[in-house]
Amino acid sequence: MAIEGITETGQYLTFMLDEETYAIDIRQVREVLDFTEVTRVPRMPEFMRGVINLRGGVVPVVDLRLKFGMAATEKTVDTCIIIMEVIIDGNTALLGALADSVQEVLDLEPDQIEPAPKIGTRLRTDFIRGMGKKNEDFIILLDIDRVFSAEELEGVQETERQPAPGLETSETLL
Amino acid sequence: MDVQRQAFKEEAYELLAELETSLLELEETPDDMEQIGRVFRAMHTIKGSGAMFGFEDIADFTHNVETVFDQVRGGSIRVTRELVNLTLSARDHIKDLLDEGGGADEIKANGIIVSLRNLLVQDDADEEAEAEALPEIVHAEPAVPGPVVTCRIRFRPAPDIFASGTNPLLLLNELREMGECSVTAHTEDIPPLKDLDPEACYIFWDIILTTSHGTNAIKDVFIFVLDDCELTIDIVDDGERVVDGAHPDRLGEILVRRGDLSDKHLQKALESQDRLGEILIKEKTASRAAVVSALAEQEQVKKRIAQRKETAVSTSIRVPADKLDQLVDLVGELVTVQARLSEKAATETDADLVAIAEEVEMLTGGLRDNAMSIRMLQIGTTFSNFKRLVRDLSGELGKKIELTTTGGDTELDKTVIERLKDPLVHIIRNSIDHGIESPDVRKAAGKPETGTIHLKAQHSGANVLIEISDNGKGIDAEVIRQKATEKGIIPIDADLSEREVLNLIFSPGFSTASKVTDLSGRGVGMDVVKNSIEALRGSIELVSRKGEGTTITLKLPLTLAIIDGLLVTIGGDYFVLPLASVDECVELPRNRDEKRNGRNILNVRGEIVPFIRLRKEYGIQVDRPELEHVVIMETNGKRVGFVVDHVIGGHQTVIKNLGSAFKKARDISGATILGDGTVALIIDVNKILDF
Repeated sequence: MAIEGITETGQYLTFMLDEETYAIDIRQVREVLDFTEVTRVPRMPEFMRGVINLRGGVVPVVDLRLKFGMAATEKTVDTCIIIMEVIIDGNTALLGALADSVQEVLDLEPDQIEPAPKIGTRLRTDFIRGMGKKNEDFIILLDIDRVFSAEELEGVQETERQPAPGLETSETLL
Repeated sequence: MDVQRQAFKEEAYELLAELETSLLELEETPDDMEQIGRVFRAMHTIKGSGAMFGFEDIADFTHNVETVFDQVRGGSIRVTRELVNLTLSARDHIKDLLDEGGGADEIKANGIIVSLRNLLVQDDADEEAEAEALPEIVHAEPAVPGPVVTCRIRFRPAPDIFASGTNPLLLLNELREMGECSVTAHTEDIPPLKDLDPEACYIFWDIILTTSHGTNAIKDVFIFVLDDCELTIDIVDDGERVVDGAHPDRLGEILVRRGDLSDKHLQKALESQDRLGEILIKEKTASRAAVVSALAEQEQVKKRIAQRKETAVSTSIRVPADKLDQLVDLVGELVTVQARLSEKAATETDADLVAIAEEVEMLTGGLRDNAMSIRMLQIGTTFSNFKRLVRDLSGELGKKIELTTTGGDTELDKTVIERLKDPLVHIIRNSIDHGIESPDVRKAAGKPETGTIHLKAQHSGANVLIEISDNGKGIDAEVIRQKATEKGIIPIDADLSEREVLNLIFSPGFSTASKVTDLSGRGVGMDVVKNSIEALRGSIELVSRKGEGTTITLKLPLTLAIIDGLLVTIGGDYFVLPLASVDECVELPRNRDEKRNGRNILNVRGEIVPFIRLRKEYGIQVDRPELEHVVIMETNGKRVGFVVDHVIGGHQTVIKNLGSAFKKARDISGATILGDGTVALIIDVNKILDF
């Protein structure tokens, strides 16, 4: 049973997050980097890990595990940053996503992809484009534009604003 | 073709801007012949080049205005307010025509034309007839679609060309219609009569044609005979050669280029010929001294022409803005790489490398300043745009307002100027609408009837200050306070200085206008202005005295792409503070800090300075060092300290956007890449205090 919008053989990059295989459309992948130091941006949701220097450009990095409600990504030799092109607010932007490890590029025929199940996955069904089947394993095909839509990035789970006691104190004193 | 139309448009926009300025000045000094001449020339140029590049509608319309100003120039029409008004609206219409390429309001245009014609001197019947007739003449002028070039065409038909029914003379006639044309027939190949085949063609032609239709059109003429002839088309003059100083090719050169004469033969012929000066001396018609002096004069003039050409070239060139943006981007990258090189060199012992790194640093600095200065524009042009705004709006409201400016030559980054325009319009509209009183109110208050709005620009370190002041009724701090409490912006018992109260008008949702007028008070308040100024990394402040006037000061950075920053670290993370607002750095030893009982104030030479712990603000968990540092910055007129771990020093900061993913990070204005590749975040000091 094929799903709408997928009519041709597609190529997907598969990667692991917490023992499960995920995949995104290869056309949205710019490159895969080894894990490098990420500079945190203060007051941002936890899953927004920060920014990295990509050959002189500044690219935001997102922790997919945190975004999907798993424990934060631990740094191992296999940890990668997948640089992809996403459309935010109608503009194409570069975005890095942390992955435990990157697997392979996979060809999937339309009949190998099934609609996302309504229940039984850990993530919100609207993030899932479909379920790919390879041998007996399932691969979760992500709708990456939706995962990183402007609303999602702004963060429902925004960190609490920390008060600035410094100023409050000083103002009463001045 | 499109490039030229574009160039025409750009030129026309410039001329229109000039026209507006001239007209406004003309209104004040109606007898200024120089300004009248300027208006006439601007109209004339727009008409002329408009027709040349196929903007007939513009040319036709402009012609009417030109006719009127021709008479003004001749002294038969006087400059009146009505004329200036009409010409200004005509100018607006031309601008509409340029903008939309023909979709402008025609009824309005006809209205303007009719009013203009009415202005023309009526008693002269011929003149009127001419005014009627002239537009048709303009129509009859051929629309010249391309540059005028002169071509040399050699057309050598095959001997059997008549067999295909072609009449070469018809082709030549067709060429004649395309422009100025001279035809030379080469008859040297015609054989003696006994050998002549009457059905063969022995003649070939050289045609020199000056046309604007381009070589393709010429080829089209010969399209049906291309297989039966030899056709060469050479452009001998592309219409762009500088006329002054350059002379057309000499006879010998032309012959050689055409292949009719070999270079060797030409040289020989030239050598056998004496120079004019020598002939004259030989014939004793001129003395040797006279010839020598004439030659010297010639040499001198040649040199001068060459010099003049050089200066003419160096005055200015037109470059698309995006090329400049690219250049600045590249320079930004270069600055980053250079910082890396310097850092690397500092850790090496190789003296040569250090020397090279220093040289590169120097050159990069020069290159950066240069690239930035290319993007700098004078703010004066923007100022003069407002003259029109003030004139029109004050007329509508029945107020008398004069706009004066100083510091129009102050230079600012192109982007800053562009994005400054809307906020300035807003502020000036506010001044006109709410600031300046109507003439009778002013008179009653003992002020001159004409109000003044003054625009002033000046440099102040790495910033530019723009002041918009009026001598109107000022702002009543009490009214502002009441409004603010009513709207819940401040609590009733808020203890605010008068200045703080006045600056409340920049708060969101604050609009003092009790009635909505055409000009302002539509609820789009000053907070929009404040936001756009802050988006430019600038700040805004308002000072007002009731009954005396209001002054709004904008403080803007010179450039948006690169700033001087102060690099600091907190728990291993790097941050950049804008150096322009850093006052000083002081130490904060831990033992002294602990005695403070958690109060965040500092005694700097007897002055109390509040401070903020960035570590706490940003939730950085790493342990504090024994000795912390406080960077004291001046923001909004207050001194505030920011506690950091270490102060590293000044850093040339190339600003990179964090992108839409971090739109919410309001207190981080961007990021920059350090010499070792680490990303440092640039802190927006004003925004931190808002949190």
